[in-house]
Amino acid sequence: MAMIEIRDVSKWYGTFQVLAECTSQVEKGEVVVICGPSGSGKSTLIKCVNGLEPFQKGEILVNGIGVGAPGTNLPKLRSNVGMVFQHFELFPHMKVIENLTVGQIKVLGRSRDEALRKAHALLERVGLKDFEQKNPGELSGGQQQRVAIGRALAMDPICMLFDEPTSALDPEMIGEVLAVMQDLAREGMTMMVVTHEMGFARNVAHRVIFMDEGRIVEDATTEDFFGTPRSDRAQLFLSRILRH
Amino acid sequence: MKYHWNWGIFFEQIKYGDETYLSWLISGLGWTVAVSLASWVIALLLGFAIGTVRTTPRTWLVRLGNAYVELFRNIPLLVQMFLWFFVVPEFLPRNLSLWVKQEMPAKEFVTATVCLGLFTSARIAEQVRAGIQSLPRGQRMAGLAMGLTLPQTYRYILLPMAFRIIIPPLTSEFMNVFKNSSVAFAIGVLELTFQARQMQEDSEQGIETYLAVTVLYFVCAFIANRMMAFIEKRSRVPGYIAAAK
Ligand SMILES: Nc1ncnc2c1ncn2[C@@H]1O[C@H](COP(=O)(O)OP(=O)(O)O)[C@@H](O)[C@H]1O
Ligand SMILES: [Mg+2]
Repeated sequence: MAMIEIRDVSKWYGTFQVLAECTSQVEKGEVVVICGPSGSGKSTLIKCVNGLEPFQKGEILVNGIGVGAPGTNLPKLRSNVGMVFQHFELFPHMKVIENLTVGQIKVLGRSRDEALRKAHALLERVGLKDFEQKNPGELSGGQQQRVAIGRALAMDPICMLFDEPTSALDPEMIGEVLAVMQDLAREGMTMMVVTHEMGFARNVAHRVIFMDEGRIVEDATTEDFFGTPRSDRAQLFLSRILRH
Repeated sequence: MKYHWNWGIFFEQIKYGDETYLSWLISGLGWTVAVSLASWVIALLLGFAIGTVRTTPRTWLVRLGNAYVELFRNIPLLVQMFLWFFVVPEFLPRNLSLWVKQEMPAKEFVTATVCLGLFTSARIAEQVRAGIQSLPRGQRMAGLAMGLTLPQTYRYILLPMAFRIIIPPLTSEFMNVFKNSSVAFAIGVLELTFQARQMQEDSEQGIETYLAVTVLYFVCAFIANRMMAFIEKRSRVPGYIAAAK
C-alpha cells in the first residue's frame, strides 16, 4: 500500500476547475517533486492531501485513511502529516521552542518535559539550538524555514509535504534549507515537495510530477524526466527553468 | 450676571441631610466605575466570541454575527438605554417580566450594564473580526496542518495575535466605556453625571460641579488608557512588525 494515494481527484472553485483527474501515489520512503508553471494547481494538490482544501471528486488515501471520507478525524490525520509552507507560517507570538512544543502538547498530549526534550533535539538537528528563546521575527528567512521543518518533525510525521519551501528565501539561504531536506530524504522520510529547485529534484527525488492547468501531465522517474520528458509543455518549462 | 465662585462647596453639607457634596460625587464615581467595568467584562467576552464566530467557515453563524453587530451599531446608545429599561421587560415571559420590573435587585444598574456591555461588544466584535482577518491566511492553515482543531487554532494561534493587533482600538473602546457610562443617568443610575446634576440643582454651583466632574471622567479615561498601554507593552512580540503584511 502506498503512503499517499491520489485517485482521480478533481476540484473546482465555482466553475473554475483547479484540479482535473489527478492520479498519482507516493510510496513509503519515496521523495516526489512536483513542478509546473505558477497557477497550475501544485499548492492546491498538496493541500488536498492533508485536507486543508476540500475536493469534489476522487479520493486521497494517506496511509490507508481517506482524507475526504465523512468519518475521518482530520486533525488526527493531519497530526501525522508534516507541512512546510512557502512563507514559513511560524507562530510569531511564540518563542521558537514553543513553536516546536505546542503541537506535541496540545495535539499529541505529550508532557511538557517530553515535548521540550524532543524540541531541543530537533533544534540541534536543524542547527538552531542557540535560538530557542528567540521569537520567529528575530530570525532570518532561512532560519525560520528550518524552525518550521523542525516544528513539523516534532510531531513525528509519517510523511512530509513541502509547498515551495525555498521560493521566499534570499538565494544565499536556499542551500541551508535544502540541506536539511536532503538529510530528511536520506533518512527515508516520505516527501512530496513542490519546488522549482531542479538541482534538488535531480539529486534527491525518486520521481518528478509535472503539472499544467490542473492536470498531471508528466509523472516519471527522475532519470526519465530529465532524460526524455514526453510532453512539449514539460520540455518548454524545463528549458526555461534550467536556463536561469 | 455675576457668578459667585465657591470652590469650597464640595466640603459643604447638602441642603437636607448631613452628607457633603463631595460624598455625592464620590459615590457617583463609584457607580460610574462599577457600570463601566462590569460592562467592559461583558463586552470583552461577547465581543471576542462574536468577532471570532464571524471569521469561521460557518455561513449561518457569520450572518448571525453580522446581524448582531449591525443591530447594536445602528441605534443610538441613549435610545438603547430606554429600550432596555422600558421596552424589553414588556416582551419577556410574564413571570420574568414581573420579576424584572418589581423585584430585580439594582434594576437600573443591571439594565445599564447589560445595555452598555452589549453596545460595546458589537464594536469589539467588529475589531476582533478585522484583527483576525488581517492575519496571513497561512497562519490558520499552519495551525490546522499540525493537527489542532479549529477552536484550538483560534485559541492558541489566531486570537493571541489578533488581540495584540487590536490593542490600539481596544484602548479607545475601554476609554469610551467610561465616557458612555454617563448615559446611564437617563434611566436613574446614581452615577457621576446623575450626581453632578443633583449637586448643581441643590448647590447652585454648576460651574464648579461640572468642572470637577470633567476632571473625574478625564482621570478615569486616562487610567484606562495607561492600563491598556501597560498591557500592550507586556504583550509586545520581539521582532514582529505589524505593518509587514
Ligand atoms: N481560494 C481560491 N479561490 C479561487 N481560485 C483559487 C483559490 N486558490 C487558488 N485559486 C486558483 O487556483 C489555481 C491554482 O492555484 P495554486 O494551486 O495556488 O497554483 P500553484 O501552486 O501551482 O501556483 C490558480 O489559478 C489560482 O488562481
Ligand atoms: Mg503555489
